[in-house]
Amino acid sequence: MTHDPMAEIRASFFIECEELLESLQDALGQMDAGEHDQETINVVFRAVHSIKGGAGAFALHALVAFAHRFETVLDELRAGRMALSPEAIKRFFQAADLLQDQVRAARDDAAEPAATEEVLLALEALSGVSKEAEAEQEPVDFLPLGLKLDLGFDFADSAETAAVAPWQLRFVPHAGLYTSGNEPLNLLRALAALGSAIVHCNTSLVPEIEALDPEASYLSWDIELAGDLPEVDIREVFDFVEDVCMLDLSAPDAGAPPPDLPPEPVIPAPNITAVAEPAPPATAPRAPAAISGPLAPQSAKEAEHTTVRVDLERIDRLVNLVGELVINQAMLAQSVTEAGIPTNSAVMNGLEAFMMLTRDIQDSVMMIRAQPVKPLFQRMARIVREASAAVGKEVRLITEGEATEVDKTVIERLADPLTHMIRNAVDHGLESPEARLAAGKPRDGVITLSAMHRSGRVVIEVQDDGGGINRPKVREIAIRRGLIAADTTLSDAETDALLFLPGFSTASAVSALSGRGVGMDVVRQAIQSLGGRVTITSDPGRGSRFSISLPLTLAVLDGMVVQVAGETLVVPLSSILETAALTGDDVRALGPQTNVIHLRGSFVPLYDLGAELGFRAPSGTYVGGIVLLCTQEDGSRAALLVDAIMEQRQVVIKGLQQAYGRIPGVAAATILGDGQIALILDPADLVHSATGRTRVPDLPLAG
Amino acid sequence: MNDAHLTNGTTDVELLSFRLADQEYSVDIMSVREIRGWTRATPLPHAPAHVRGVINLRGTVLPVVDLSTRLGMSPVEGDARNVIIVVQVGTQSAGLLVDAVSDILALPRSELQPPPELAADAAHSFIEALTIIDGRMLRVLDLAAVLPDAAAEAA
Repeated sequence: MTHDPMAEIRASFFIECEELLESLQDALGQMDAGEHDQETINVVFRAVHSIKGGAGAFALHALVAFAHRFETVLDELRAGRMALSPEAIKRFFQAADLLQDQVRAARDDAAEPAATEEVLLALEALSGVSKEAEAEQEPVDFLPLGLKLDLGFDFADSAETAAVAPWQLRFVPHAGLYTSGNEPLNLLRALAALGSAIVHCNTSLVPEIEALDPEASYLSWDIELAGDLPEVDIREVFDFVEDVCMLDLSAPDAGAPPPDLPPEPVIPAPNITAVAEPAPPATAPRAPAAISGPLAPQSAKEAEHTTVRVDLERIDRLVNLVGELVINQAMLAQSVTEAGIPTNSAVMNGLEAFMMLTRDIQDSVMMIRAQPVKPLFQRMARIVREASAAVGKEVRLITEGEATEVDKTVIERLADPLTHMIRNAVDHGLESPEARLAAGKPRDGVITLSAMHRSGRVVIEVQDDGGGINRPKVREIAIRRGLIAADTTLSDAETDALLFLPGFSTASAVSALSGRGVGMDVVRQAIQSLGGRVTITSDPGRGSRFSISLPLTLAVLDGMVVQVAGETLVVPLSSILETAALTGDDVRALGPQTNVIHLRGSFVPLYDLGAELGFRAPSGTYVGGIVLLCTQEDGSRAALLVDAIMEQRQVVIKGLQQAYGRIPGVAAATILGDGQIALILDPADLVHSATGRTRVPDLPLAG
Repeated sequence: MNDAHLTNGTTDVELLSFRLADQEYSVDIMSVREIRGWTRATPLPHAPAHVRGVINLRGTVLPVVDLSTRLGMSPVEGDARNVIIVVQVGTQSAGLLVDAVSDILALPRSELQPPPELAADAAHSFIEALTIIDGRMLRVLDLAAVLPDAAAEAA
C-alpha cells in the first residue's frame, strides 16, 4: 500500500474500533449483571454494526463476515426473538473477545484467530439463525424478516392496506449521508421489508447537467408505508443516518385512522406539514435540529462530554517542557537566594507564586498522561474467562475502581504481571468447584480486581476467595528446593513471601495455564521495575490478596540525591531500605579484594559505588563511610558506599536509552536545580553487574 | 569567492568549519542544529573515552563526543573557549566538543574529493571528503561514523 491518506483513515478506524470494543464489553458486562433493557442491547448491536460498517469500507472481509454473523444474532436478541440466557451471555463474551482478535488481526495483517466458526455456530444455534439466512452477505442494514403482515390477515389485501391510513415519510438525505458511505436504496429496501411501501422519488431539485454538483444531494423520497407499524420501527431503519438526513415522519391522515389498528407510537409523531426545506447544498452543515424531532436531544447529550485525541508524542513534549520549567524555576530560586534579596521582597513573593503555578502545571500535565485502568481491567476479564474455561472452574470477576487513573506507561507495563497474577488466582488461588462445595462455599469462585489511589500511589489488588496460601506446603517446597534451611523459623508473612523467590511454584502439577517456569518472581521484578511493590496477605480457607502499590507516574520519581567521587547521583527511594554510617567493627574483609559489612547479625556485601561506576579506584578505607542498604529482587541486600547524602527530592525522569543506549546500572537521568544532569541508578542492575571490588589488592594492578 | 558561486548558481554544499588542535574540520551545515558554549558534561559509567558524557539541552539529554579523542588526538581541554556543536543524524542528536568554530563556507560539491586510503591513520575513516580552501586543507567529517555507537545504530 502506498503512503496515502487512506492509511491515516484506516488507523483512526482501528482506534475507533478499540473504543467500540470497550463499550461492547461494558454493555455485555451490564447485561451479565442483569440489565436487559433495550438500550443496553442496542449499544452492543451498534458497536458490532459500526465495526462491520467500517471494516466493509476497508475491505476487511474476514472481519466483516464475522461481525455480520455476530450482528445477525444480536439482531435476533434485539427483536426479542432470543432469550438472554447465561449461556448466551457467555457466548456473547466469547464472540466479543474474538471480534477483538479479528480487529487486531485485521490491523496487523495477522492470521485470523482460530475457533471463530465454533463460537459463531454455537451462537447461531442459540438464536436459531440458520446458516442459509447468513449466506447472503449483502450489507443490508436490517435483514428482511417477513413476519410483519400478520395483523393484516383480517383484511382483503390491497384494498385494506389502503384503508389503514399509511405513514407518510419524507426522506431527504444530505450530502453527508453519501460521503459517510450510506446508500438510500438499502434504507428504502429496509423500509419495504417492514410493510408494503409506495416510494416516490422527488427529482424536482435536480439542476441542469451544467449546474450539477456530483457530490451534492438533490434527490428526496416520499414514502407511504402501510400503517400498522410502531413509529420506533420506522425510526430504527434510519438509526445510523439520523444526523445526515432530514426525516419527516407524519402519522396517518388524522381523519381516517380506524380506532383499533394504528399502534400507539412511543413518541408522538411530529406534526409536520408541507416541507419547505430546499435540498441542502453539498457543504451544508447538519440540518436545523428541530426537524428531526425527538432525535435532536440525543445528539445534544452526546456533545456534553467531549474528548480530543492527541498524539502521545505531543504530550511527552509538553511533559518535557514542564520538566524544563521546573528546573528553570529551581535555578531562578537559587540565583535569587544567592543575590541576597530579602525574604519579604516583591521578587521573593513573585517567585513563590511562580513556584506554586509551576507545581500546578506539572500536576495538570501529569494528569493528561493519566488514563483510567478500565481497558486493562477489561483485558483481565477476558483472561479470567479464558483461564477459568481452561481449568474448568466457575469464576466471577468483580472489578472495582475502574475509573482510577494511572500513567499510560504504567498501565501498559502492568498488563503482563497482572495477567500472570490473575491466571495464578484462577489456577492456584481458587479451589475446584467440588472442593468449594465441600468447604461450604458457593460453587462460583470470586476474584476481585480493584484499583484505588492511596497516599500518592496507586494500589491495585487481586483478591480471590479461594483456599488461601497453603503455608505448610509452601514451606515444604521451599525446603525441598533448597530455598530455605529445614530448621528456619518463619513468620506467616515471611512464608508467604517465599512465593516470590525465583524457581518457586506451588502447583503440584504444572498446568497449561500457569507454572510455565515463570513464577511470581517475574511478577515482582516487573512491578519493581515500575518503582512498585507487591505484597501478599492470606487467610487460610478464606482466600488471599495480592496488592500492588505503584507510583502514579513514571515521569517523576522520589529519589535520594547522593554524592560519589564528585558526581551527583540519584538512587530511587523505593529501593533503599535504610542508610547507615560505618564504624570500624562493621567492615570485615571477605576475599582478597572484597568486603562485607556486619549488620545486626547478618553479612551484607559492600560495593563501592565510585569504583563500580568507574569514577575512581576503590578507596580501601571505609570507616566513617556512608552506605545505602538496598534490596534485590531475590530479597537479598547490598550495601552501596557513597561519599555523602545530599537530600531527598522528586526528580523528573529523562530517558537515556534514546540518547545514548543502555548503561548497566543506570536506569535514567534527571536534571538538577543547577541545570546539570544527574544519573538515576538502578541498584539491582548495578549490583548484578558489579565486581564487588572494594579493596586495593597488595599487588598493584597494571593500568 | 563565495559570492561568485552563489551568483552563478553552482553552490550546492555549505559547510561549518571548526578547529581541532591545529587542524581544520567541517560538517555539512544541514546537520548542525545549534552551537552552544561549553558546559561540564556528566560522565557516563563504562563509556568509551571519546564519550565525554551527557549535557542538558533544554530538557533533553544530549551525549557529547570529544571529537579530538574520537579522531585519535589528545582530549579537548574543556574551558570557556571551547564550543559544543549540536548535530543531528537521522533521528539521533549528539554534541561535538571542538576547540572553536571558524567559518561557514559555501562551495560546489564538485570541489569535494574523496580522501586517499591510508590504512595507518585511525582518523581517516571518519573523513568523508577533502577540499582546499584558500590553500588550506579542509576535512569534511562523516558524522554517522563519529557519533557514539548506540546512537549511530539507532539512526
